[in-house]
Amino acid sequence: MLILPCPYCGVDADETELTPGGEAHLTRHGPGSSDAELHDYLFARENPRGVHFERWRHSHGCGKWFHAARSTDTLEVFGTYPAQTTEPPKEICDKITGERPGWSWRIFG
Amino acid sequence: MSEAVSALNKAGFDGLARVEECGLQGMITLRGDLDTRAVKSAVKAAVGVAVPGVNQVTLAGETGACWMSPDELLLLCGHADAVQTVAGLSEALAKSHHLAVNVSDARAVFRVSGPFAREVLAKLCPVDLSPGAFEPGMIRRTRMAQVPAAIWMDGADTFRVVCFRSVADYVFGILKAAADADAAVGVF
Repeated sequence: MLILPCPYCGVDADETELTPGGEAHLTRHGPGSSDAELHDYLFARENPRGVHFERWRHSHGCGKWFHAARSTDTLEVFGTYPAQTTEPPKEICDKITGERPGWSWRIFG
Repeated sequence: MSEAVSALNKAGFDGLARVEECGLQGMITLRGDLDTRAVKSAVKAAVGVAVPGVNQVTLAGETGACWMSPDELLLLCGHADAVQTVAGLSEALAKSHHLAVNVSDARAVFRVSGPFAREVLAKLCPVDLSPGAFEPGMIRRTRMAQVPAAIWMDGADTFRVVCFRSVADYVFGILKAAADADAAVGVF
């Protein structure tokens, strides 16, 4: 069972209180983009064993969207942070680097 | 005008804990920037309490304010006063971006009281309700079995539960099952 601390209300929210929102930090490619960019925006997703960044919504609680950095193999949660950002905060990246040297995820790491 | 009736018309149940529907309760959803002076003074004028901090409630008897999210409060007032209170809020906040809606008849309120009240709710919610972790003055929006709910404490052994009116019968049912006289666990 996954327990994520909500960065807005601070409660440790059980997975069943949350709604998953898929992969975090997607760049939206809409009108004017190339077919390849649109294809990747719609379909290309990471499927890592290890460090992963996801969107979650505290749907049974404060209702806010947030991001979570966690490991898909151990379920360790490295941290959560508000959704109004285009990249993971440095302290979370540093924490991951401390525990998983050499990690990378898309353009981060 | 037709007479207002609450969802379950004060239905009650006695088991490990006393479960009762509280009857008519004025409830107002207020959304806006809670840090602004305009909202703080409007809330004070409307229900006579300060804007609560994160995950807190400020109560004065049957009126008060509950923190719902970083930009949302649930204001409690008398059922008959709700329309007038909304009008007052709308006037006071006319110049700020806000939303004030009377949701009194869209919600149901329950009271769960007795020495096993913590345990009854802990069976239904994925929340640490142990003494010390959850105390009067705090509020928690969570999942109660299959539906969203908000819970806070009025006193040492008394909880208040707010849920959507459409699921009031379901919530009463699961509270009754959790409070069944033969269902004590004694964990707290």
